[in-house]
Amino acid sequence: MTARLRLWGGFAVAAVLLFVVAPGALSDFRLNLLAKFLCLAMVAVGIGLAWGRGGMLTLGQGVFFGLGGYLMAMHLKLADAGPGGVPDFMLLYGDGTVPGWWEPFRDPVVTVVAILVVPTGLAALLGLAVFKRRVRGAYFAILSQALAAAFAILLIGQQKVTGGTNGLNGFKSFFGFTLADPLNKRMLYFIAAGVLLAMVAATRLLMRSRYGELLVAVRDQENRVRFLGYDPAGVKVVAYATAACFAAIGGALFTPIVGIISPADVGVVASIAFLVGVAIGGRATLLGPVLGAVAVSWAETSLSEQFPSFWTYFQGALFIGVVAFLPNGLATLGQVWRRRRAGPGIREDESGQPDDGTPRSAPEASLPADAPADALPGRTA
Amino acid sequence: MDALVSQLFAGLSLGSVLLLAALGLALTFGQMGVINMAHGEFMMAGAYTAYVVQGIVADAGVSLLVSLVVGFLVGGLLGLLLEVTLISRMYRRPLDTLLVTFGVALVLQQAARDVFGAPNVDVRAPAWLSGAVQVLGVGVPKTRLFILALAAVCLAALALVLKLTPLGRRIRATVQNRDLAETSGISTRATDRLTFFVGSGVAGVAGVALTLLGSIGPTLGTNYIVDAFLVVVVGGIGQLKGAAIAALALGLLQASFEYSTTASIAKVLVFVVIVAFLQVRPQGLVSVRSRSLA
Repeated sequence: MTARLRLWGGFAVAAVLLFVVAPGALSDFRLNLLAKFLCLAMVAVGIGLAWGRGGMLTLGQGVFFGLGGYLMAMHLKLADAGPGGVPDFMLLYGDGTVPGWWEPFRDPVVTVVAILVVPTGLAALLGLAVFKRRVRGAYFAILSQALAAAFAILLIGQQKVTGGTNGLNGFKSFFGFTLADPLNKRMLYFIAAGVLLAMVAATRLLMRSRYGELLVAVRDQENRVRFLGYDPAGVKVVAYATAACFAAIGGALFTPIVGIISPADVGVVASIAFLVGVAIGGRATLLGPVLGAVAVSWAETSLSEQFPSFWTYFQGALFIGVVAFLPNGLATLGQVWRRRRAGPGIREDESGQPDDGTPRSAPEASLPADAPADALPGRTA
Repeated sequence: MDALVSQLFAGLSLGSVLLLAALGLALTFGQMGVINMAHGEFMMAGAYTAYVVQGIVADAGVSLLVSLVVGFLVGGLLGLLLEVTLISRMYRRPLDTLLVTFGVALVLQQAARDVFGAPNVDVRAPAWLSGAVQVLGVGVPKTRLFILALAAVCLAALALVLKLTPLGRRIRATVQNRDLAETSGISTRATDRLTFFVGSGVAGVAGVALTLLGSIGPTLGTNYIVDAFLVVVVGGIGQLKGAAIAALALGLLQASFEYSTTASIAKVLVFVVIVAFLQVRPQGLVSVRSRSLA
């Protein structure tokens, strides 16, 4: 019971922090920044599910983030242009007409549905194609990265309909609310905070469900799961598509909050950058990815303002340090430390610990069990 | 006819660049299952090596040849350093190596930016590589032909080393069966280090070659790394032959898609083709037959 109590206690504390303390303590500017970080944290929740629990290292979440962001941006641009109007950048780069596939996004309902369906569907399609053929591990990672690269190149190349390198920006209103009004900016923050909390709760439910157990089983021993009569590909596709959906929602909120979405937010580097926070926070934990993502974005904003080149070194060092030496993230620092103190050879029995979403096995065993180096191809003869 | 030939050369030329970038990866990825995201930055280091060497050796022709050798050493030593300090600790966690080496790539990129400045720099091509040669009625830049030849030479040299030398035998043995190789008295650790040195060295050579194609900047490597990895995935693991075929095929495919559409759509189409191809042959073009379930 204490576990459940702690969980709901944690949720209550998070809700108070997000809905009462932060809006009260932070200036409008800082609150908007926090809202941006929360959007990035949504992507991180998805990555935590796909990578931490499912063992799928996805290097292309920027694609789904970008799809969500661009779909939203298209609607905002069209809405700003008014009924029948043409977005400003199209007059600048294009021939001044709105392409046919843009037209449906004049409608807010179509846009919201598309944001929820298109990226999720794309991920499900790609996941089916890849996982059914048992392409996994490094191969999946490389493919997902190539997808991000192709997507960014496509966006840059099709300047007439995507705004090119500049991306889409200069939005005036959000579903009828003017974005210049600080009050509406606050409203966006509250939406982001609410959505993030809902996502964390949904992830928690998913993790604790039968499906969640299956997902971890597929991560650790895919073949054994297959021999037991399950279809590992299906299990993986669900996690991958969920992660894509979360990323898309994050992107869709990111666009009005930040005021711009550009290829730089979705490309290869941006996609991998999503992983830093997840790795630092603890990929397989529930809250690790969220806290990690917010902390890293916050550090990036404050450090890169003052020392731009230092931030890149720092980011690189974080990757190296955390992944190489603390693979389960800071969330498990306590466990590692306790184990050290207990002395070599003594393994703590953690089964009695409250289940707070962290894997219940020993830290080493909870790593996504990558195939040993010689079996890496992950391919059956 | 002319258009066809010129497309063919565009594709071959792109393929040879991809091959140079992917050869080293085929070795390190194939051998150890190590995904080295810093491979592109080793290319970048090779390219800047050419820039530095040119500052010391005035004659462009001599400096190019010197750079090829020095570039190999610079890339190789960087790779060796990476292997000894980081990668050797994480052989059982290939996906984590990917992230760690990405961190290394970030650091190297920023280091290049701090040392050489963010703007691109140029390396002069030697006089005997300027101009074009008429091949089948189409003018082909000599630099492109040089890179094509260089890729062929590197491929042949690596293939010979793998096939004929004791080092090559050890490498192949380790790839095929690490445990058996070890019990047969091969020091797999030493083999790993040497493989990584050679593979990263080839990246350095590739970087030097890239200076002939345009100006170079700190992000030179990122432009090629994704495509290079795709080449290895399509080619199949641990086989140079597969990488060679895949590089040329992807180069030709990209060039022909670019010809019929635009460069950005071509990229997407190539990606779709690769995913479709993996439906048919998930193990890549050339693969070692194995009964392992992995």
